[in-house]
Amino acid sequence: MTRSFTRKLALGAIVLGATLAACAKKEEAPPAPAAAPVAKVEPLKAAFVYVGPVGDSGWSFSHDLGRKNALAKFGDKVTTTFVEKVPEGPDAERVIRDLVAQGNKVVFATSFGFMDAMVKVAKDHPDVYFEHATGYKTADNLRVYEARFYEGAYLAGVVAGKMTKTNTLGFVASFPIPEVLRNINAFTLGAQSVNPKVKTRVVWINSWFDPPKETEAAQSLMNQGADVLLQNTDSTAVLQAAERNGKFAFGWDSDMSAFAPKAHLGSVALNWTVYYEKSFGEILEKSWKPEVTKWGVKEGMLDFVKPAAFLPEDTKKAVETAREGLKTGTVAVFKGPVVDNTGKEVLAKDVVADDAWKGAINFYVKGVEGKVPSGK
Amino acid sequence: MIRLDVRQVPSLRMSVLSPIIALAVTVAAGGVLFLALGKDPVRVLSMFLVEPFNGVRALTELGLKCTPLILCALGLGLCFRSNVWNIGAEGQFLMGAIAGGGLALWVTNASAALSPWVFFPLVVVAGAAGGAAWAAIVALLRDRFNANEILVSLMLVYVADLFLSWLVFGPWKDPLGFNFPQTVQFAAATEIPRFVRGMRLHWGFAFALVAAVLMWLFMFRTHRGIQLQIGGPAPAAARYAGFSSRAAIWTTLLISGALAGIAGAFEVTGPMGQLTPHVASGYGFTAIIVAFVGRLHPLGAVLGSVVLSAFVIGGQLAQSRVGLPASVSGVFQGMLLLALLGCDTLIHHRPRLARWTWRAAP
Amino acid sequence: MNELALLVAATLSAGTPLAIAGLGLLLNERAGVLNLGAEGMLLISAVAGFAAAYHGGSEWLGFAAGAAAGAAVAAVFGWLVVWLNTNQYATGLAVSLFGSGFSAFVGIDYVGRQLGEKTAHAVPVLADVPFLGPALFRQHPMVYVAVALVAAAAFFLYRTRAGLVLRAVGESPQSAHALGYGVRRIRLAAVVTGGALCGVAGAFLSVVYTPLWVEGMVAGRGWIALALTVFATWRPGRILLGAYLFGGVTMLQLHLQAQGVQMPSQFMAMLPYVATVVVLVLISRNPLWIRLNMPASLGKPFFPGA
Repeated sequence: MTRSFTRKLALGAIVLGATLAACAKKEEAPPAPAAAPVAKVEPLKAAFVYVGPVGDSGWSFSHDLGRKNALAKFGDKVTTTFVEKVPEGPDAERVIRDLVAQGNKVVFATSFGFMDAMVKVAKDHPDVYFEHATGYKTADNLRVYEARFYEGAYLAGVVAGKMTKTNTLGFVASFPIPEVLRNINAFTLGAQSVNPKVKTRVVWINSWFDPPKETEAAQSLMNQGADVLLQNTDSTAVLQAAERNGKFAFGWDSDMSAFAPKAHLGSVALNWTVYYEKSFGEILEKSWKPEVTKWGVKEGMLDFVKPAAFLPEDTKKAVETAREGLKTGTVAVFKGPVVDNTGKEVLAKDVVADDAWKGAINFYVKGVEGKVPSGK
Repeated sequence: MIRLDVRQVPSLRMSVLSPIIALAVTVAAGGVLFLALGKDPVRVLSMFLVEPFNGVRALTELGLKCTPLILCALGLGLCFRSNVWNIGAEGQFLMGAIAGGGLALWVTNASAALSPWVFFPLVVVAGAAGGAAWAAIVALLRDRFNANEILVSLMLVYVADLFLSWLVFGPWKDPLGFNFPQTVQFAAATEIPRFVRGMRLHWGFAFALVAAVLMWLFMFRTHRGIQLQIGGPAPAAARYAGFSSRAAIWTTLLISGALAGIAGAFEVTGPMGQLTPHVASGYGFTAIIVAFVGRLHPLGAVLGSVVLSAFVIGGQLAQSRVGLPASVSGVFQGMLLLALLGCDTLIHHRPRLARWTWRAAP
Repeated sequence: MNELALLVAATLSAGTPLAIAGLGLLLNERAGVLNLGAEGMLLISAVAGFAAAYHGGSEWLGFAAGAAAGAAVAAVFGWLVVWLNTNQYATGLAVSLFGSGFSAFVGIDYVGRQLGEKTAHAVPVLADVPFLGPALFRQHPMVYVAVALVAAAAFFLYRTRAGLVLRAVGESPQSAHALGYGVRRIRLAAVVTGGALCGVAGAFLSVVYTPLWVEGMVAGRGWIALALTVFATWRPGRILLGAYLFGGVTMLQLHLQAQGVQMPSQFMAMLPYVATVVVLVLISRNPLWIRLNMPASLGKPFFPGA
């Protein structure tokens, strides 16, 4: 479904009168018009709503990759369209309604801010399936899915705990929502599982995407002794800042090993393909049920990939053991006793946290410095 | 080489023709652009020029999108005509949204039995107060300390955005919302009444149209409105017009702040129904373009907002229906705006063929 | 002590793109042209600079391409506002809209690419001085170029005849015209030069500072640069001061966060904006002072025949 063309150069000249670079481009062809032959089964029309540009190399990119992969698997049984850069305000509802009006039978909305728009439109269209990533509201024809990101952060933490020399880790954080707080805590817990002396410093940049600010935050953390960094933001800026400073960092959302050969310790890579294949399959087989999907390392929705070749053997082994443990269920990231950084026990000994506990995380675990911005 | 001679009188014919010429230029250039991308140019262009107006639902959605733009652009038009350079309408919009949303939140938490028609004027007042208060900081710093309003109003946009972020991540967070940054859904009583059930267009749109007419009356039919435009903040000219420059700064900023604030309050109690960190969607900045595309005229603001809203809606339609990337929509929108502005030149100038001489062109 | 030195170093680095872009916009404004298209120019030059550095393998090629792209966009803007007398505010915003779309469009192939390995920079001898070395002398050369550019611009504006003419054009285009100066040509030249400087700043962001290209990566720095020109009361030296102040407060709030300071991060993030306003208020309290500097014709079109 891709078509190559090299006329963008001429186009650049038309638009600006100046050419920037010669390059060959690939672009997704528009979905085939619905004029299918009568004999053939009508393909399932699926639509995706992204909050960022598909070229963000992070969040929306990872969903779009999942869409393409799932599409390739289902061949002509499914057609897809997408709308990128949809603001998480009143625009979302209009865009989603329009996608339904165009005959799409399933709509995937891939950001939390689309939740109430999805609820409203789902109510008016019981014959259409709605899939919302990272939300919590469901209905008969609306279900939610998300990845257990914190498992990836935990695995990164195991490596970080082994590799740090200063016993200080750094975290470049976006917004204080539960997902990000889980990641900070899991990163720290993972590190402490191999190195109890570790502490984590956190910097909030109040943005999912601001590469220069991500750079500045990373620089600030390294200036204060952090020598292994993890981020919850979209770009490769943190990793590249670590490379320049001779420190370590991880890739997030996708395999970022190519960006920093010396600094890259491994990447926490998302794989939405597994879920989109499941969803397409269930709709085609008419076995779709409203449910809550939270997948992690075990189900293959995310993984710790490309561990650096230079990792010492025992580090490699430690992370592999943890990874296997997450797969088989012998390792739980949030398992008591967990103590927050004011010394209060938040999870009793040997208790494994349930989803409600994980959803309500609003504190830092012991070893993280500072105070949660959204906390009381 | 074409030379431009200044017309003695602005051409009435051209003020009607120039938008049409601009449209023709952009359609031609856009057609080439879309053709080069391998898209059907007629179909893509219809996404921007026809589809946003096609049908009742499309029109109501267009009206919904226009409402905040009209309100913001009205106030900015007044400011700009008076040479007060308020470019922080986005911040005033946000503070109005916070005030209006705060009021709705209070009503919701108090479970007050209230008719939406009683709440409607209240939320207008709250939004106006929030926006005007934020603009008052700009006016105060300009008036008392001579601090440039461009910088202060712009910086306050970021401050307002972060303040909203703090509210929805902290004290105003929905206690049952799994720590996600948003307030509770506001009670039904706080929803701005809608024209038709099932459509999102609300009475705020009518409010905006009435505001446009009132602004027109104020600008061109009241002594004070005309004084403002003559004087602005230039002390000498203002004194000549019998009006203090300080009053000009305060009047224009408070009015435009209040209007932007009302727009913000409508947005959160209209289509959103709660406060989230995503209230800011650039209306305050887009309204600057709207104000100028509408030639700083209140009725022009209405037309300009229709044009800009159709661009945004059309860009999204073009993505899902013909697979046009969002970035190309941005390019096309920028081109149309530049063409619109460029062609407006013809209103005040007469083009004439002339021999090209570098020296002669001053 | 060491942390403080690194904080100073990070401040200089963070302030550099703001200073260069702000300086470019200041030249525009001194000639009477306000360019709200800064954000769009920075984006286009960032992608152009990144592409050139990627294909050409040299940072300096990147800066050159960024400057060229910035100048080209500025030329279009300048042609519209100076020759066609379109409204400067609206045209600038339209350029911003266009620039963000266009840069995303042509840049899609450069997302996820990386430039070659960076070399560490150090000024010989001075880099080893305790404290001062790490604070001041281990910077990318562009950091020093920015300071030199500011000095050059100050010299140009206040010590050369051409600078005097430029200021005259911004102050009173009618008188400059009456004296026989080509007001429009001078304005266009100022706009293009300013665009080239913005271009260097954009390329610095994508080629050196981050270094990567991804759509929208300038993330509002064009607006900050515009605000800086006002902050600086249109004097080059103060642009540098403002850029370092803004960069410094930004780095300081990140630094304090990493220290675990007990304050909501949103309020910390407000600090650079609030600090800028507060300092502006202090500077502007003497009305005569600021009035003397603000170009009188700023934002107003010039009709030579009128």
